[in-house]
Amino acid sequence: MAAEATLNNENSNSKPWGGGVSPFGISWGKMMMWFFLVSDAFTFSSLIIAYGAYRHRHTQVWPTANDVFTHFPFVHEHLPLAYVGLMTFILIMSSVTMVLAVDAGHRRDNRGVAIWLGLTVIGGFMFVGSQAWEWYNFITGTPKGALITNMGEVYRFPENAPSLHGGAHGHTAIPDWALISPDHKVISDKAEVERIKSISKPIKGANLVNNEYGHPLFADFFFFITGFHGFHVFSGVVINLIIFFNVLSGVYARRGHYEHIEKTGLYWHFVDLVWVFVFTFFYLV
Amino acid sequence: MSEHHNHEMHGYYTGDIHNQFVPEHYDPKNRSVIWKTFWILLFITIGEVAIAFTSLSKELLMVIFIVLTIVKAYFIVAFFMHLKHEKLSLAYCILLPFILIVYLIAMSLTEANYLNVWDLIFK
Repeated sequence: MAAEATLNNENSNSKPWGGGVSPFGISWGKMMMWFFLVSDAFTFSSLIIAYGAYRHRHTQVWPTANDVFTHFPFVHEHLPLAYVGLMTFILIMSSVTMVLAVDAGHRRDNRGVAIWLGLTVIGGFMFVGSQAWEWYNFITGTPKGALITNMGEVYRFPENAPSLHGGAHGHTAIPDWALISPDHKVISDKAEVERIKSISKPIKGANLVNNEYGHPLFADFFFFITGFHGFHVFSGVVINLIIFFNVLSGVYARRGHYEHIEKTGLYWHFVDLVWVFVFTFFYLV
Repeated sequence: MSEHHNHEMHGYYTGDIHNQFVPEHYDPKNRSVIWKTFWILLFITIGEVAIAFTSLSKELLMVIFIVLTIVKAYFIVAFFMHLKHEKLSLAYCILLPFILIVYLIAMSLTEANYLNVWDLIFK
């Protein structure tokens, strides 16, 4: 108590703060970063909840993520979850390097901060690049594409629906000429396949209007949510880069503390935190 | 009281216009906590990807994934963002508003499921 009272006096007499010790024990800047993140979390929550609501609304015809994101660099087989798992690993890793930069800051180790922050920036660029590749594959689509009827229903080819082959669903061999209905059923009746083909036109890739993987809202939410998150990652990389150059030029060494690293660190961990939820709700469930 | 007098208060002045004093407690064990958290997050993620290809029912998988997501979120917020070692009043200020999010989830999904059933019956 005595120590606080002394600080109180010292501050109100000579320093502009004048408020004594913060009740939260952190600086106003860090507190405002926390409250900004709360508001940002509300924005992301709203987006993900809207996604969830439309998914439940159209649950029978919602695309299976394991049939959509199956690409892996230099591999031709379908590898669902592998690439996004790698992206998640990159982001968690860059969160670790960030928290190690903050830790080095507490020890006033300028060189350590520079190294860990530099690695964080590299991790961030890797993640943004991976996301660009994921978008590229989603937008270009599969080699064969799909069929869209004049009613707007998307029928996919069996080769593009690996989750229906074997595995948990126990389907036996699906003939090449069969079609997969929007609600994931195999249509192997030749007459029915011909009828669907007669009222359909080919469709390839995904955009905000059409989506060869199924319901167009899936593509819309994918672009909006991963785009909004990717923009956050990109902003984070830019901020980290600015801080990195500040560290190199000794701005924080002269200031005597590395609180700026803590604030950008909070933002960076938040970006990681949002990805944990995007990963679960877009790819896993 | 006397303890406070003898103990030098660690911290720094922010150096900006407010020049606020910020107390600082550095724990050397911090780094092992960071790596432990990393391994936990990594193992949970690998586990999630692994069980996605098992023959467990979709509903059970969904519950497992959501629980594991919340566990991961706890470790990120508590240890990476250091909220566990901030004052409890700050933690409450940050976490309590999310009750509204739980409410929004319940509301939105109830409505969406209702509309889905409505479609099945009347379309």
